[in-house]
Amino acid sequence: MARVSKHDGSRYGGVRARTRARAYARAHTLGTTPKLLLALAVLVALALLAPLAFLIQEAARDGWSTLDPLLFRSLTATLLWNTISLLVVVTALCAVIGTLAAWFTERTDLPARAVWAVLVVVPVGIPDFVTGFGWKSIFHSLGGFAGATLVMTLAVYPLVYLPVAAALRNADPTQEEVARSLGLGRVRTFLRVTLGQTRQAILGGCVLVALVLLAEYGAFEILGFRTFTTEIYTEFLVGFNSPAACALSLVLVALSLCVLVTEAAARGGGRASRSGPLAARVARPHTLGRAKLPVLAGFAVLVLLALGVPLGAILYWMIHGGSSTLPSASIAAAALHTALYSAAAGVIATLAALPIALLSVRHGSRAATALERSTYLVLALPGIVIALALTFFSEHYAAGLLYQSSAMLIAAYAIMFFPLALVAVRTSVSQAPPSLEEVARSLGCNRLQALWRLTVPLIAPGLAAAFCLVFLEAVTELTATLVLIPTGVQTLATQFWAFQSNISYGQAAPYAGVMVLIAAVPSVVLGRWFDGLPARRTALTGRREAPAPETAFAEAAIAR
Amino acid sequence: MSRAMTRSRRRGLSAALVSVCLLVTAALAGCGGSSADLTIYNGQHEQTTDALVAAFEKQTGISVAVRSDDEDTLAAQIDAEGSSSPADVIYTENSPPLEHLQEQGLLAPVDSATLAQTPARFNSPRGNWVGVSARVSVLIYNTSLIKPGELPRSVMQLAEPRWRGRLALAPGETDFQPIVTSVQRAHGAAATQRWLQALKANAGDRIYPDNETVTSEVNRGQVAIGVINQYYWYRERAQVGVAGMHSAIAYFAPGDPGYVVDVSGAAVLKSSTHSAAAQRFLAFLVSRQGQEIIAHGTSFEYPIAAGVHTAAPETPFAQLRPDPISLAALGDGTSAIALLQRAQLL
Repeated sequence: MARVSKHDGSRYGGVRARTRARAYARAHTLGTTPKLLLALAVLVALALLAPLAFLIQEAARDGWSTLDPLLFRSLTATLLWNTISLLVVVTALCAVIGTLAAWFTERTDLPARAVWAVLVVVPVGIPDFVTGFGWKSIFHSLGGFAGATLVMTLAVYPLVYLPVAAALRNADPTQEEVARSLGLGRVRTFLRVTLGQTRQAILGGCVLVALVLLAEYGAFEILGFRTFTTEIYTEFLVGFNSPAACALSLVLVALSLCVLVTEAAARGGGRASRSGPLAARVARPHTLGRAKLPVLAGFAVLVLLALGVPLGAILYWMIHGGSSTLPSASIAAAALHTALYSAAAGVIATLAALPIALLSVRHGSRAATALERSTYLVLALPGIVIALALTFFSEHYAAGLLYQSSAMLIAAYAIMFFPLALVAVRTSVSQAPPSLEEVARSLGCNRLQALWRLTVPLIAPGLAAAFCLVFLEAVTELTATLVLIPTGVQTLATQFWAFQSNISYGQAAPYAGVMVLIAAVPSVVLGRWFDGLPARRTALTGRREAPAPETAFAEAAIAR
Repeated sequence: MSRAMTRSRRRGLSAALVSVCLLVTAALAGCGGSSADLTIYNGQHEQTTDALVAAFEKQTGISVAVRSDDEDTLAAQIDAEGSSSPADVIYTENSPPLEHLQEQGLLAPVDSATLAQTPARFNSPRGNWVGVSARVSVLIYNTSLIKPGELPRSVMQLAEPRWRGRLALAPGETDFQPIVTSVQRAHGAAATQRWLQALKANAGDRIYPDNETVTSEVNRGQVAIGVINQYYWYRERAQVGVAGMHSAIAYFAPGDPGYVVDVSGAAVLKSSTHSAAAQRFLAFLVSRQGQEIIAHGTSFEYPIAAGVHTAAPETPFAQLRPDPISLAALGDGTSAIALLQRAQLL
């Protein structure tokens, strides 16, 4: 239904959207930047940059002479090699798997497409350390580079699949048909046209994968693979060496800057044009023919490895787990706390993303863009850095106020996963036409009323997506939680970790199971949301230029 | 999709948002900080601490909140928290984190009556923490992969090439640092460095995050031999049952630098706002009742106050013949950490 009702033309990426949004903002300027909006946005950006300030402050504490031998030792080279080689290999694998899976589910007559489309997304809701645990508890010798590559690829490839699938759904099939009619074979059409149309979505997904890999800790700890992030934990927690850990974290920040710059360079100009606003239509699916069985087998293997192994391990250990000498714990209380903290963080991050998104879309000056971009760096910072930064500020400027309170833990989650909320909110804001607000204001609404009565309902899908993304990540957060959680309280992740590190797999498994259940809800909601929405703005405003919300995730990944 | 459906969906969304906001408010209001009389940062195994805390609460009526994590993590956390640390007591598996906090000036003196309960050599040399229980480093070996006659007599022999691919190591565990310190004291830094490098080569990819993994992997026959503290083996036995045990423990030769007694201890934070209750908890740990709980629970450590004996481990504490290194010489582990880092084991 969604496919048929869409008549707004296809869109492939954020460049056009941004250019158009800027042009629109210039043409329909809502007056000068409201001071309240600016103040709120600056406040949010400051909160997000606070961990960076903490890092620089701590790293500089003992002076360069102590950092020099720490940074320039042979271990740094090893870690750099481990981190970068894993980053390159896993990102490339995710790009290939995510893109192929998306093409087969979106563009071919693959049997049971709808079922596969859900199954290949669900692994995003399984915590990386649960995937690691699943593999490790079955294949004990798994570890090192090969193990880390396998586990991380299976855990994060949906971050490429989701935007690419959305981009393919909205891409103009005419170009492929033209290429075919001009004599290009299937494979070359795919390589030269389809990949071109989805390039920005692929790159956007790859950046998310790369940033997530940089900050990953739990899975690598289980698999015994050392990266900058695992080393940062060692320095902080075993070596009592906060300056060294902070210096290494700054290397991590530099690496994530490299990722962002590389992506910006690789993105190039938006050259995927369409043949006309009315030309978009549903692509006729390619017939797989003799390839049907191998492709089905490929999907079966992917789902088996990414979903079957972790879920199977959880079930296996729930049934076969031995007894534990650890005291038992309440899974219901842990689940409740996990859900409450994560939901609160989802709401706060989403609300905080709104002023930044409004500022950068509606008043998109260079400074506003820089302000917005600066908030992405936080995604590559390990949870422990965020936790210790908050500890530091609480201790030095507030005499320990709120330390280890629910409020501070929720704030930490909101900071850590803010970028995910921002990409979703920003996309939907850029899709909401400012003209409606202008009309409302000409009819006597003030700015806030117009925002509340028009823009907020229009961007509701984006807000929901933002909430879901933050919720999903917060449910599985472990390392900041261990430092900041109120004493005596457990979340599913901390209790899972306590049992898992005591080799009490039978007791750990139910916690992983509940975590997957809780996290699966928003991943299914997310998937269905993008799947089932019509081009509602078109219906509402008659503006054909308005893009369909299906692109929200693609946009989300690209719009950084 | 019709406009009406769109509208109803939006209304559903607002309802969902409102209910989430309500939930969040409830979360913030409902789960404030803990209201316990005493907060313990627990680096000891939860198995040990839980039983002790339950008995203490019952005896004194003082309510206790326990925050469990790795001892080094907790010490680093107290470092970061400084004078506003919510912790009243820190209870650790090994002495180095306590020595570290003592050097930072963060510990208060322990009541002298408490210190008098345990032998002075197991307490802080400066009286700022009290020893509670002791553990001893031993070899664990898989009985079908290794015959008792093949076992090394010294921890130094684990560096020999014959152990290549057969050795498991958990160098990230704080339990390993005292062994490194003791080897360094016996053989000097350069020899310790070479020894660590050889261990690393022998362990290959069998470098595990913790002693639980070393124990379980040796027991399952995935790897032949490892160095652990004795109680991990007893705990494994309690979890998998006697029938599931395919491993045994063995002691090094008397006085060997690999044969180290580690002391688990507790201290009161200088910043504690409940120091009277905190001192009572320390006194309870070394009281007859506290020591009996350690002796008969699932902790499998040695109580160190006089007159309390364990059923398991079977070897009486007094019969152990460890390297006579003092707790002061074990220190805060800084030099061991530096050596481990240089060998890329940390």
